Amino acid sequence: MGKDKEIGIVKTEYFTFANPPDEFKPESGGAIGPVTLAYETYGSLNSEKSNAILVGHSFSGDAHAAGFHEGDKSPGWWNDMIGPGKALDTNKYFVICSNVLGGCKGSTGPSSINPKTGAPYALDFPTITIADMVKAQKYLIDYLGIKKLLCAVGGSMGGMQVLQWVSSYPKHVHSAIPIATALKHSPQQIAFDEVGRQAVMADTAWNEGNYYGKAIPERGLAVARMIGHITYMSDRSMEEKFGRKLKAKDQKFKFMADFEVEGYLRYRGDSFVKRFDANSYLYITKAMDYLDLSGERLIPKDKKVDIKFLVLAFKSDWLYPLYQSQDIVRILKTRGQDATYCEINSTYGHDAFLLEIEEETHLIKHFLSKVSKSYGS
Amino acid sequence: MDLSSVRLDEKIIYGIIEPGSKVLDLGCGDGELLHLLAKGKNVKGQGIELSDDAIYKCVEKEVSVFHGDIDSGLVEYPGKSFDYVILNQSMQQVKKIEYVLQEALRVGRKTIVGFPNFASIKARCMLCFGGRSPVTSSLPNYWYDTPNLRFLSIKDFKVYCRQKGMKIDQEYYLSDKRKISFCPNLFASSAIFVIEK
Repeated sequence: MGKDKEIGIVKTEYFTFANPPDEFKPESGGAIGPVTLAYETYGSLNSEKSNAILVGHSFSGDAHAAGFHEGDKSPGWWNDMIGPGKALDTNKYFVICSNVLGGCKGSTGPSSINPKTGAPYALDFPTITIADMVKAQKYLIDYLGIKKLLCAVGGSMGGMQVLQWVSSYPKHVHSAIPIATALKHSPQQIAFDEVGRQAVMADTAWNEGNYYGKAIPERGLAVARMIGHITYMSDRSMEEKFGRKLKAKDQKFKFMADFEVEGYLRYRGDSFVKRFDANSYLYITKAMDYLDLSGERLIPKDKKVDIKFLVLAFKSDWLYPLYQSQDIVRILKTRGQDATYCEINSTYGHDAFLLEIEEETHLIKHFLSKVSKSYGS
Repeated sequence: MDLSSVRLDEKIIYGIIEPGSKVLDLGCGDGELLHLLAKGKNVKGQGIELSDDAIYKCVEKEVSVFHGDIDSGLVEYPGKSFDYVILNQSMQQVKKIEYVLQEALRVGRKTIVGFPNFASIKARCMLCFGGRSPVTSSLPNYWYDTPNLRFLSIKDFKVYCRQKGMKIDQEYYLSDKRKISFCPNLFASSAIFVIEK
């Protein structure tokens, strides 16, 4: 890809709000403040402020969605989708991505310093929900002077944020693209999350969340991440990627990582602990499990909502199966919303939303061009 | 609006639909009809389509479309959600056709159905004198590759409407290139009906 199609060097910025006594009040009660959100923006906001697109990141993502950080070799997590001429065309749109509340990549979360104690919050951090994450994003959008987003888009947990925007701030979002996501976690999804949490908490280093400045619960967190990666792939994509290939012939019968798939999972687990906070893992997976926008919670019965939807799902995604996206579509039909739904052919499983760039680009590009025309009308 | 390159059946349906209507097109294909209706008649359209490729073309034309089966696609819609429900050249391919027709009549004020006439003279000749299953311009497939599940004539459909108490509001008969009116069950290759309950 030529340089002209890239954003180039970007920098994470920080927005701090909810200074005491006007603290941020999470759904679960209590109050925290100040709250900081790490965010990045790409492209420029037009004078009518009508071209803003908010990107929600998935569970382990962050504000660095596109471009390169100074000195980095790899770009942001959705660089293939964001940039000049890409699906989220930065020549046309102003793209915003922020690290979620409760995260560990620059936004306030359990690893942040609690101003009341001078030590990390750890488990004193309040339980947060997807609605809290979105409420914090609303502060950022207000701060940037944007009244109504042209679009909210995101995959997986990012898609949950998109749906929550529809539910919490229907007047402030013109269109929505929830990708590979759900109105609520099924018992199976909660179960996978719980196994991950138990792996973290079973690590003695976790120490009821008080491990900051000491040894971190890296074994537990790595195992949690390994389970996660299995659920993000599909049987077929694992077969294609690894088969039963061996790493080395002489390692047999020693419980080493004999198979390539084992090596891959170990590598993924080990690299995850270097960049992710174990308590954030607990808080954010819980936030996903708590979300329930089924029934009339997505669009309350008495509310008149006019949001244009593009709902995308992937045929091989067994973590967020098609029926969960169809549930979203069913509500949109009942409520007469203008919507498009597409089940994209892919063998990648849940990871497809990061990989099926060509298909997503085609669909999202045309959808955005359509909704741009009706913004403000 | 230049409709010169548009298929005759779509041209007729385009003519039937009132400007500013809400339209649901079941089996909307590449979305061409809904696209024309949106551009020329300010119609608020929604398609339902099963084919992957067709979905991408719909989105390209800025037509809103649901990827899925017609058979199960209507149940969520409240009654009279649309001014028109279109079942053009898809009716003969639907498994649960009676159910879908009832559902179409429920969610739409009017339903437009279009289908090939199995009793056209060409088809009759092929069957009678050739002893072969009909392959005509409106029934272009052989027995082994046809998507059609049902083979009905214009008369069949009219009898059905009478039996089920469906009111025929408008009827159009087409040969390959033009509308016809004389002895349609013999000379028309396809038909379009506007029905209501």
